[in-house]
Amino acid sequence: MGDSLTIAGREFHSRLILGSGKYESFELMKRSLEVSGTEMVTVAVRRVNLTDKSKESLLDFIDPAKYHILPNTAGCYSAEEAIRTAMLAREALDNNWIKLEVLGDERTLFPDNQGLLEATTVLVKEGFIVLPYLNDDLIVARRLVDAGAAAVMPLAAPIGSGLGIQNFTTLRILREEIREVPLIVDAGVGTASDATLAMELGVDGILMNTGIAGARDAVAMAQAMNYAVKAGRLAYEAGRIQKKLYASASSPVTGTIE
Amino acid sequence: MTFEGPREPSSLVLKLNVTVNGEETRLAEGLNIVGLLDSLGLKADRLAVEVNRNIVRRADWLSTALAEGDRIEIVHFVGGGSTSEP
Repeated sequence: MGDSLTIAGREFHSRLILGSGKYESFELMKRSLEVSGTEMVTVAVRRVNLTDKSKESLLDFIDPAKYHILPNTAGCYSAEEAIRTAMLAREALDNNWIKLEVLGDERTLFPDNQGLLEATTVLVKEGFIVLPYLNDDLIVARRLVDAGAAAVMPLAAPIGSGLGIQNFTTLRILREEIREVPLIVDAGVGTASDATLAMELGVDGILMNTGIAGARDAVAMAQAMNYAVKAGRLAYEAGRIQKKLYASASSPVTGTIE
Repeated sequence: MTFEGPREPSSLVLKLNVTVNGEETRLAEGLNIVGLLDSLGLKADRLAVEVNRNIVRRADWLSTALAEGDRIEIVHFVGGGSTSEP
């Protein structure tokens, strides 16, 4: 296929990025990552549990030789919190990539655009490679690009909702208008067809977590998503037929027996 | 006549009141960050430490002694995509 996704100069052969949360076990997560074909996995920053240190460590199940680890600022509701979290992540992993979330509301988990822009500006200046999660707002996307974001990651539907693409029109517009950095759909994917539809719009990649981790059979869904993303990308590149209102015969109209 | 028992070595006297990950606790005076992680049974890799909202770089852990009232945060990585429930 030879079609790769390049973010901040780094090449990825999978256009699927996965989150590491909500799996029933670390082992299940590890197997799901494997069959998904992903090359980048997000992780969250949290306090060490001091009373239960017998717990296994997440990172023991994500091989850094196979996956690029992308720390995120999940759970941050202000630019300050997000910046602080990003700094901690960088210190802990010696990795300057950050999937930036600055949330504005607990029920919808929609982003706080002001905080997002502020945090992006600060973190870019601090030398981070910033991948911000935003809503499908072209103006915000442009501002983030101008502020130095390495990609833009608009949501398709609320995080974890599994509703699938709710905003085909705005995503299409974003795809046409944002050309300087990769456009990666983040949030809302529920099943394979959602991923395929997004890729058929021509977006550069997809990030998902709950759609796989929450499926009855996570490993099977991870495999499905692997195919789905590839199928959608191939279809996009193949150039689909036009939609027509009336039939258009596929076989010759002459030479029929009488 | 009062009789004082043998004095304990000062390293065992926990006189420092600090907060670690939101929990108030007492540490030995002069304990540094390496010592703290050790006493908590934590391996040093893939962790970050903040003291009073300032990140202490790994290279400075040995030389950073903790002080009375310090608020310490020790973080690591957990599973997460976009904001998951705690």
